[in-house]
Amino acid sequence: MEIKRRDFLKILGLGLVGSITSANFLFRREVKAQSYIAPPEALKAKRWGMVIDIKKCVNAQPDCKLKCVEVCHKLHNVPSIPDKKKEIKWIWEDEYEHVFPEQPNEFVAKIYAHKPFILLCNQCANPPCVRVCPTQATFKREDGIVMMDYHRCIGCRFCMAACPFGARSFNWVDPRPYLAKVNPEYPTRTKGVVEKCTFCYERLAVGKIPACVESCPDKALIFGDLEDEHSEISKILKERFSIRRKAELGTDPSVFYLI
Amino acid sequence: MYNADKVIPGIIILILFFTLPIWLNVGRLEAVPEVELPKEEKKCVESKEFMRREHMKLLDDWRIKVLRENQHVYLSGEGKNFKISLQNTCMKCHENKEKFCDKCHNFVVTHPDCWTCHIAPEVAKKWK
Repeated sequence: MEIKRRDFLKILGLGLVGSITSANFLFRREVKAQSYIAPPEALKAKRWGMVIDIKKCVNAQPDCKLKCVEVCHKLHNVPSIPDKKKEIKWIWEDEYEHVFPEQPNEFVAKIYAHKPFILLCNQCANPPCVRVCPTQATFKREDGIVMMDYHRCIGCRFCMAACPFGARSFNWVDPRPYLAKVNPEYPTRTKGVVEKCTFCYERLAVGKIPACVESCPDKALIFGDLEDEHSEISKILKERFSIRRKAELGTDPSVFYLI
Repeated sequence: MYNADKVIPGIIILILFFTLPIWLNVGRLEAVPEVELPKEEKKCVESKEFMRREHMKLLDDWRIKVLRENQHVYLSGEGKNFKISLQNTCMKCHENKEKFCDKCHNFVVTHPDCWTCHIAPEVAKKWK
């Protein structure tokens, strides 16, 4: 039997089309219109930032007893581990001289000398922790929040070495036994991951401001969009003098201290 | 073939002997795990078949969308909205991890480590 080259090619083409259609039919998956959306009530910004009004904060501390720390740690299931080497902290206090060690001054104003300052992750615009993370477990979101994805964290602690602010804590032990009470709406962490403040990304998604800001009875913490000229935070930063921790390192922190 | 009258029945008996477990258990599926389904809610995020086959992929997508892409709401194939959360969406209906997740996972010897961080409802209830 003889077959022309032209006919052979035609048959080949038909066969190919036939097999593709039948394969499509056989292995067809359910066609779905799944999609993901950001909830409309979510708060949006180009760069989230925080201002801490030191005078208000220091003056109020005898009364408020650091409610911001308490509320944050309760909400995010942050354990209280007595061993200082293993402690976990998202927001905490330290005295002025430790917070701003590059500003030595033996005649420092009395209001600041040895007074506790509130500290948290600075959510740097140029975060060194993100640069060193080998798994991208920590990364910067479009709105400036330096996030943690605990699913990816391998516990190498490069980020802790890179962070000049000591804002990161490592889980040396299982944190669960150190949690007296638990918030069932938020996960805990597990042994072997690094954790830190995430500017309450889960609250921003439902239209709430961070818990520390909301809980402050004296409104010493102000949260907002640094790139929006009309936001409260931008206006305050234009009016009053503010300093940032270790700004000379070039990490461009998003947490400002009003002096 | 020599001795076909003995060899062939012999082979048949041998085959029957080795396949005995199949014949003894035909029609009996006792070991299939039985999961406790939610009593009030009849419909999951997607269809039963989809969830059975794809729940692990769906959960993986969910965590990536929420944590990495800031997309907190899932629009299902039927056009319903769901807040993406293992603890606050999935486990609000599936109230018991041990009676739901673990049943199948233990059966197929799969141990995903979700629950070292995420808090199972029964664990939250019993917390000290």
